Amino acid sequence: MSLARTASQTIGPFYNFALLGGADNDLTRRSKGGPQAAGEVVEIKGRVIDGDGAACACALVEVWQADAEGRYGADRDPNFAGFGRTLTDNDGYYTFTTVLPGPVPGKGNSWQAPHMSMSLHSGGLLKQVNTRLYFPNDDANADDPVLSGIEDDGQRSTLVARAAGEGRYEFDVILQGEGETVFFQL
Amino acid sequence: MANTTDVTGRHYPDSGQNTDPPYLHPDYKSTIKKSPQRPLVALEHSVTELSGPAFEAGEAGENDLTVQGDAMPLGERIDIQGRILDEEGNAYAGALVEMWQANASGKYRHINDGREAPLDENFIGAGRCVTDAEGWYSFRSIRPGPYPVPGGWWRPAHLHFSVTGPSVVTRLITQMYFPGDPLLEDDPIFHSIADDAAREALIGKFDLTLGEPSVSLGYRFDMVLRGQAAG
Ligand SMILES: [Fe+2]
Repeated sequence: MSLARTASQTIGPFYNFALLGGADNDLTRRSKGGPQAAGEVVEIKGRVIDGDGAACACALVEVWQADAEGRYGADRDPNFAGFGRTLTDNDGYYTFTTVLPGPVPGKGNSWQAPHMSMSLHSGGLLKQVNTRLYFPNDDANADDPVLSGIEDDGQRSTLVARAAGEGRYEFDVILQGEGETVFFQL
Repeated sequence: MANTTDVTGRHYPDSGQNTDPPYLHPDYKSTIKKSPQRPLVALEHSVTELSGPAFEAGEAGENDLTVQGDAMPLGERIDIQGRILDEEGNAYAGALVEMWQANASGKYRHINDGREAPLDENFIGAGRCVTDAEGWYSFRSIRPGPYPVPGGWWRPAHLHFSVTGPSVVTRLITQMYFPGDPLLEDDPIFHSIADDAAREALIGKFDLTLGEPSVSLGYRFDMVLRGQAAG
């Protein structure tokens, strides 16, 4: 049997009241007040902007990443959420608090550099865009199969966050035009 | 990695189905400045794409949007039921299904909805549930009203759905429409889907047997996420 996949439609502008659990942008704990996951806690802040450089307000940003040891599955740090989501504010900004992920296995014997998977929905987007966030100054980036598959330096650099002080990173998502973020076909 | 499977025993090859709308659909003007212009870069699925969060069933009643106030909300009561399936008809159990909508007057409980239409103090308009072992979800609500897009057209009555399956690859946000709605004909968002069958599949099927006698009218709305059994 082969069923037709259900087509995507835009999230629209009016959904933030629908996230009953509220924005959950702290991945370092499974529950509020619960024990903190192992690893180096970092804050990631970024801005989502459109082809005019205008803020993309009320976009839904979702992330998924390995724990500090690079584990995803049942054996991952029980205190680490792995998944987070939040909304951009009226100036297009989002933030996440998380731990630096460890390297994770890639194809064959290869390793992928520490990264987060990020997807984004917004009014004006008829389907999600998918990207990845990598961390700057990580030697493993040079051998990462996804990063090294992108030949253009400028395009590749859109996937690497900027260091913004101790434990802080910045990662903007540019939907269109100059500096357009690399988006993936999953 | 094409044959790598996830913990649900599935993998997510590109089955060649292309039901999704394009990023750029100029009739829906908001896409003009938000659509990426460079082609997407193919990404071979790794453990990052083959894993995802698990969701537990929430509080009972989170899928009944008619009991969130002190009294019943205004409007025609409806029951929506359906299954979350993969491309081979296997159930996605444990999928988080969230639904949100305008009230019977076509007004959202949202700070940016500035239209002059009444809010209903007994209606929030958002619910969620987690699919059971056979992939079933259900909601009780009221039929939403259509609403005008500022400076534009009227949106047909619709329910917004968000489904989070086992991974980012199965993520789906879509809308369910109602059969026979004359506003469907001119809705650029509905018509952003080029394929006739894929577009029609977003119209819930009226099914009196899914409602509660003398209480509510029933609609069936299945959603098919990417994925197939490992093979
Ligand atoms: Fe809507």
